Amino acid sequence: MSIDAATVKHVATLARLRVTPEEVAQYAEQLSRILTLMEALGRLPTEDVEPMSHAVAMAIPEREDVVCHLNQREALLACAPESEHGHFCVPKMIE
Amino acid sequence: MDLARITLKQAADLLHRRALSAVELTQFFLERINAHNPTLNAYITVDAEGALADARQADACLARGEATPLTGIPLAVKDLFCTKGLRTTCASRMLADFIPPYESTVTRRLREAGMVVLGKTNMDEFAMGSSNETSYFGPVKNPWDHSRIPGGSSGGSAAAVAAGLCVAALGTDTGGSIRQPAALSGITGLKPTYGRVSRYGMIAFASSLDQAGPMTRSVEDAALLLQGMAGHDPLDSTSIDQAVEEYVEQLSGGVSAQERMRGLRIGIPKEYFTDGLSESVHKALQEAIERFQELGAQCQSVSLPTTAYAIPTYYIIAPAEASSNLARYDGIRFGYRCEQPEDLLDMFARSRSEGFGAEVKRRIMLGTYVLSSGYYDAYYRQAQKVRRLIADDFHNAFTQVDLLLTPTAPETAFRIGEKKEDPVKMYLSDIFTINVNLAGLPALSLPCGFDAQNLPIGMQLIGRPLQESSLLRVGHSFQQVTDWHQRSPL
Amino acid sequence: MNHKKIALRSGTEQALATGYETVIGLEVHAQMLTQSKIFCGCPTRFGADANTQICPVCAAFPGVLPVLNREAVQMAIKTGLAIHGQIRLLSEFSRKNYFYPDLPAGYQISQYELPIVEQGHLMIDSPERGEGIRIGITRIHMEVDAGKSLHEGIVGGSWVDLNRTGTPLMEIVSEPDLRSSAEAGEYLKKLRAIVRYLGVCDGNMEEGSFRCDANVSVRLRGASAFGTRCELKNLNSIRNVMRAIDYEVERQIELLEEGGKVIQETRLWNADLNSSRPMRGKEDAHDYRYFPEPDLPPLRLTAERVAAISAVLPELPDAKALRFQEQYQLSHYDAGVLTSSRELADFFEAVAAEAAALGQANAKMAANWVTGELAARLNRDGVEIQHSPVTPGQLGKLVAMIQQGTLSGKLAKEVFEILCNEGGDPQQIAEQRGMRQVSDEGAIDAAIEQVLANNPEDVAQYRAGKSKILGFLVGQVMKATQGKANPGLVNQRLLAKLAE
Repeated sequence: MSIDAATVKHVATLARLRVTPEEVAQYAEQLSRILTLMEALGRLPTEDVEPMSHAVAMAIPEREDVVCHLNQREALLACAPESEHGHFCVPKMIE
Repeated sequence: MDLARITLKQAADLLHRRALSAVELTQFFLERINAHNPTLNAYITVDAEGALADARQADACLARGEATPLTGIPLAVKDLFCTKGLRTTCASRMLADFIPPYESTVTRRLREAGMVVLGKTNMDEFAMGSSNETSYFGPVKNPWDHSRIPGGSSGGSAAAVAAGLCVAALGTDTGGSIRQPAALSGITGLKPTYGRVSRYGMIAFASSLDQAGPMTRSVEDAALLLQGMAGHDPLDSTSIDQAVEEYVEQLSGGVSAQERMRGLRIGIPKEYFTDGLSESVHKALQEAIERFQELGAQCQSVSLPTTAYAIPTYYIIAPAEASSNLARYDGIRFGYRCEQPEDLLDMFARSRSEGFGAEVKRRIMLGTYVLSSGYYDAYYRQAQKVRRLIADDFHNAFTQVDLLLTPTAPETAFRIGEKKEDPVKMYLSDIFTINVNLAGLPALSLPCGFDAQNLPIGMQLIGRPLQESSLLRVGHSFQQVTDWHQRSPL
Repeated sequence: MNHKKIALRSGTEQALATGYETVIGLEVHAQMLTQSKIFCGCPTRFGADANTQICPVCAAFPGVLPVLNREAVQMAIKTGLAIHGQIRLLSEFSRKNYFYPDLPAGYQISQYELPIVEQGHLMIDSPERGEGIRIGITRIHMEVDAGKSLHEGIVGGSWVDLNRTGTPLMEIVSEPDLRSSAEAGEYLKKLRAIVRYLGVCDGNMEEGSFRCDANVSVRLRGASAFGTRCELKNLNSIRNVMRAIDYEVERQIELLEEGGKVIQETRLWNADLNSSRPMRGKEDAHDYRYFPEPDLPPLRLTAERVAAISAVLPELPDAKALRFQEQYQLSHYDAGVLTSSRELADFFEAVAAEAAALGQANAKMAANWVTGELAARLNRDGVEIQHSPVTPGQLGKLVAMIQQGTLSGKLAKEVFEILCNEGGDPQQIAEQRGMRQVSDEGAIDAAIEQVLANNPEDVAQYRAGKSKILGFLVGQVMKATQGKANPGLVNQRLLAKLAE
């Protein structure tokens, strides 16, 4: 499996990462090697195997619908790079 | 007694006898950190003031006779447990200035039990790495040889324990991040069953694999620390709602090591003893097997046929989950934001590109790719299926034996920079640890020898789900008849 | 421009006229009426100060984890049962990954491969296709709502308010079974009535607690393949859904007629301009990279739990309407109107019960008063039925009085006005104001004698065969009694007198 520059750029866009041309080449090479390693998996017969997405088989616990809340606005906004009038600030968005 | 080499058990005895105060003990370690951390780089943040305040409280508690076995014990915390009011960086530029307004369940429990948090230890950035070289705050040095890595990702915790910069430490393990640095630094480390210890407030790398555990100077210490960490947490939906065993009580139960080991069936997975294994590690494991046989255990060969598939499986699942877990670092609510973003997209992309290091970005790229349209079935779903085969392998093995004995890492600590530029080579060093995470099993790494360069070698005991007490009992028995764990680089 | 506006109202007709068929599927996002958010304990109340209802969990701070709200599951099951859906005993949450400032985790926790409800349906009355058209509901799944971004009046940037983040949503996805904007409107009304009956959603489209996106395509009548569809967004009322669909249908037909092609895209409706435009292209094609949420184990339900919810489901609009038709002998239409909301239906039943308690069991008149006089009044004043100025007891009494013949329809309307404005007891009002209907034969006969004596020519004409004169004579008798005479009785006695 080899990954081309266009794919690297597309994936970087999806992941919201900016990549330099050198990085594109580097990622293409490294990811291709890693994916080659992964091709081994396709050789295992797995038609009847149930995918395993959790390490331990359990059912989801549910909590009661009770409000449990303190107004933490100031503490949380204090972590933000930029905040104003009780809001998190971001560059201008166009819908 | 050299306080730098003191075990948790010994320290607790001294504190309870009031032969030593928590403040004295804390001060001792703070001074050692001051002296040695500039060289070792084991801590990212040291909280002297907070630690001394905790210690004074602990002393008050001890004076009132309300102490637990953990009261007043100086602890090093891997810097991915959120600590309220104390900077938590995940060793990333992204969180270099992040001060959480909340506390992780594990650190909250340990604080409530009276432990003294000395500071936050270095690690691979977002726990992604096997050498502690991906830290934004620089590599950690192996106390046994400063030119070598201590292992990763909990490298700072391992080094701090080995170098006597704390009594015990917290680590987390997604693919071996407790056990491998424990082995490479000559200490004891336990990765509990997935769900035994709460993940709440532990900054996520790969949610279905992450698990916190103790890193200590002995198995007995690991039992003591785990006792304070384990248990159901309503804030973690993957936390197991079952009573916690009495790990410490079950360690010895008053009988001798021989009595505890008699009839124990230990499986030796033949797939772990292959070409990739270094000569010295192989030899140390052979000797450990002999030791167990002397103690009365039956050692037999077993097969885990899908072992070879664990690395590709892991390096699909973990990066996939990580790519999603790390999407929240977008420069809006916390963490790094680039200077003067042109627009929203620029802010997202530049903040993330500048805030994350190379290995983190590589894994985000890989994870994004394997989840993307057209590749999901071929990679992610296939990896999830193979994950079940790997778990089934263990399940089958445990019908024949009680636990498994393997090397923790294929070789001893390698040199700083040796594998840094080759991700594939680096990934292969996790070969003996990651399948345990994929299967969600508990595993213990403990020292079992040294190579010709006097570098520690670790062995791994893998148990059935929730059989931590059995692993600890066997490990403790081994440490009662060996002294590998008592060797120190000091 | 003008031409377009005229055509707007007739998208469906145009489709019919030009041989096209409209195909519509709707995606409804309904905020569930839980007290707390779906994965944390923050309140869901609408309208709080920005970011005062957030915590590290819903704001997706590092290391925090979701814990599922049981009530959200209960509500989703209720809704699934109400639309005759299959409740999956094993469902799972997945992550839908995309970056947006109001989506703090960078992924939305949703359900993807295994939603909690599948294969449901509801019935609508279609203006074009008749009563009882079955509209399939593909699935209902649970997910988290996003926060809000504010742009207007903010210099140099936008603001993010995460109060809404984590509010539980149900996404209810219909099959492409709707064939006109009117059917879409009926579907939404029915679905909204159901969620309101269940108390799982307040159905408020303006405030955004009940939101709808429409997938619209057209195809030549008789074609089996679907045309290319467009997704319409920003539809904040049923009326806007219908207008946007009509606009879209017309746009697509024009395009096709001119030899063009419909491009699959998302279009944003602008109610002020009566038009839609393509959404500004998101930076890249969507690739949501769904995968099972590792922080949440699968949701396992027992058949017992589902049965327990089923056992306590309230009577739903369709069942209630059927019962109204049978129990009260109402028309399909009246029963439908009265059951469009639970409050209206309850009000009607209370009116009918009061009238019945007073010996007047015919509920048709109660229905007419509730859907007629009362509805008009409430509509005029913009008042909900729950806040009706007239109680069911008062209206029931009034209806009974009409049926007993002690109050004419005309006077009853006057009494109703007084009830609305001043309140009181209808009987007392009628008596105090001398508005009781005269049903005394002697008094009526006397008035008739007088009228006949005063209008001999008309009597003669009537007897000569001009039967129309009767109405005039009845009117004269009513006038003579200041409208209080029982008109039925007047008619009857007058005929008898004239026949003498």
